[in-house]
Amino acid sequence: MSEYILDVTDVDKNFGGLRALSDINLRVKEGTVHAIIGPNGAGKSTLLNVIVGRLAPNRGRVLLGDEVLTGKQPHEINQLGVARVFQTPEIFPDLSLLQNVMIPAFAKRDGEFKMGFLKSLFAENEIREQAEHLLEDVGLIDHQDQIASSMSRGDKRRLELAMCLGQRPKLFLLDEPTAGMSRHDTNRTIELLQRIKERGMTKVIIEHDMHVVFSLADRISVLAQGAIIAEGTPEEVRNDPRVKEAYLGGEAV
Amino acid sequence: MTNTKIVSPKQDILYMVILSAVVLTMPIWLQPFGAAYPDLMQKFMIFGIFAIGYNILFGLTGYLSFGHAAFLGVGSYTAVWSFKLLSMNVIPALIFGTVLSGLFALAIGFVSLRRSGIYFSILTLAFAQMSYNLAYSVLTPITNGETGLQLTQGDARILDRAAGIQADASLPTPNLFGIEGIGYSGFYICAALMLISFFIYLRIFRSPFGLKLRAIKSNQSRMGYTGYNTRPYLMTAFVISGMYAGLAGSLLAVTDPLAGAERMQWTASGEIVLITILGGVGTLIGPLLGAGVIKYFENILSAFNDTVLVNAFSFLPDWLANGVASVLGLFVGDGWHLTLGLVFMLIVIFLPGGIMEGINRLWRLVSNRSSSSAEDKEKEQPSTKEA
Repeated sequence: MSEYILDVTDVDKNFGGLRALSDINLRVKEGTVHAIIGPNGAGKSTLLNVIVGRLAPNRGRVLLGDEVLTGKQPHEINQLGVARVFQTPEIFPDLSLLQNVMIPAFAKRDGEFKMGFLKSLFAENEIREQAEHLLEDVGLIDHQDQIASSMSRGDKRRLELAMCLGQRPKLFLLDEPTAGMSRHDTNRTIELLQRIKERGMTKVIIEHDMHVVFSLADRISVLAQGAIIAEGTPEEVRNDPRVKEAYLGGEAV
Repeated sequence: MTNTKIVSPKQDILYMVILSAVVLTMPIWLQPFGAAYPDLMQKFMIFGIFAIGYNILFGLTGYLSFGHAAFLGVGSYTAVWSFKLLSMNVIPALIFGTVLSGLFALAIGFVSLRRSGIYFSILTLAFAQMSYNLAYSVLTPITNGETGLQLTQGDARILDRAAGIQADASLPTPNLFGIEGIGYSGFYICAALMLISFFIYLRIFRSPFGLKLRAIKSNQSRMGYTGYNTRPYLMTAFVISGMYAGLAGSLLAVTDPLAGAERMQWTASGEIVLITILGGVGTLIGPLLGAGVIKYFENILSAFNDTVLVNAFSFLPDWLANGVASVLGLFVGDGWHLTLGLVFMLIVIFLPGGIMEGINRLWRLVSNRSSSSAEDKEKEQPSTKEA
């Protein structure tokens, strides 16, 4: 077993003539938080899409521990232990918050397919308690019977966090988890993510908010025009002149 | 519309008891509506089974099949063949009809479920029309073409003959160990099967499996990133709903042992979509109500003719009575589809959730009014989202 939980090697991704990712190499150690920053259009979300199986890379491969992810379906990759929150929250808008959180928990317990259509949902106490606990964790327990589509965008984000956390993924990918949140909500999310960090869950996080990045990340990769231009500890990256030029634009951080 | 509460099995038993009471007393309370005759009540039950089965697919997963009449047809043909070859007992007919439709659904679903949305609908429609046309052409030896498949004196009926049951001069009727499949006893056979079907359907709605199907409808790609392989879920729902349709088709043959290809035509597939939307897609009881309403009006309105209308308006001066009768005549008799179309338009525009949404709105209106007058009664009005 390698010491890296995520190992991305020589990944290229082209869209027609556009090279969205070129020669990406990324290694993430187990139990750490790795941030990916970079200007808009740098290819950050494309990279996550390649990892979760939404896009197939033109070249290169992705490993989770010793498991090859490249070429697998999204549901297989999730079953191997990769969960993701999206830039725009991907939840089940027609279901209640509690049901939203129960569904990933079922996936974790029952696998990719289980028939059992004569069993009552009512008897699934364990899953329900777990879901209630998660909703409590993200501060949504008071709304558990509300329909998810009626929640604010910030609440939907926290709901999606709870859904993914319930799967206790080996690798947790977060695509701008605090975008569009108020300062107060952002701080609550940071606090929540820090708590998970203590549980030893590996995270890859894309974020524009430098406050979030520097309070969470152990290592940072800087992506610009589809290539990684710098990588290191927050301190190293902050002082890297190339980064300042490409991304921070001379702005004081 | 949506079931956001997790319901206890005890409440469901109460639900079943009430439903059984309502259904089994239909011959009594339908009398004032002029609908208490066995033929029509059998139709209520049969199309009720068809509709709840269809709702498992369309209501839970959101996949709109335009070819479910094919399964109804397969069920009917299989049942009639079972009567001809094996026995006039309804049990083998129902079992074979349901199982064969299930297998047929497995084959059609295997291909159609590779696509979603409109492409899925078109694929199912294409398969159903193919079955319809085959029944008229290549498959004539099995379906007896335009004449339809009928019982004859010379049928083999192996099991019946082995048991020493000889047909007399008239054609035998399908029966359940002597209980005839026609008339009131036929209605009770259909009602019992409808209640059993409904119970299974209720369990599916209340199971984790049902929840996952609704999650597929809500956000299918999220289901993928959550670790679910959605194809086998959709496949299971498709086959179950195909089996329900097959059971309904076999029951059509039980109550009238004759099967024709017109049962598979696209208009029949469209009717079940109409029934489900009219009653309330994705609601528990809505499809049953939809089936009841449509079959009721089909029978009542289409029975009206010009003479009846002229008689009804005979109190008016002759010229006016004739005028009124000829205008109304467009909407009844053969023209009842015009009424159906108008009602359907109104429902889709003003009550997209169907009859159930109408009932829920009324209920909320009433409960708001009474809760403002009597605060302490508030606790007795739980969420109406249940049904």
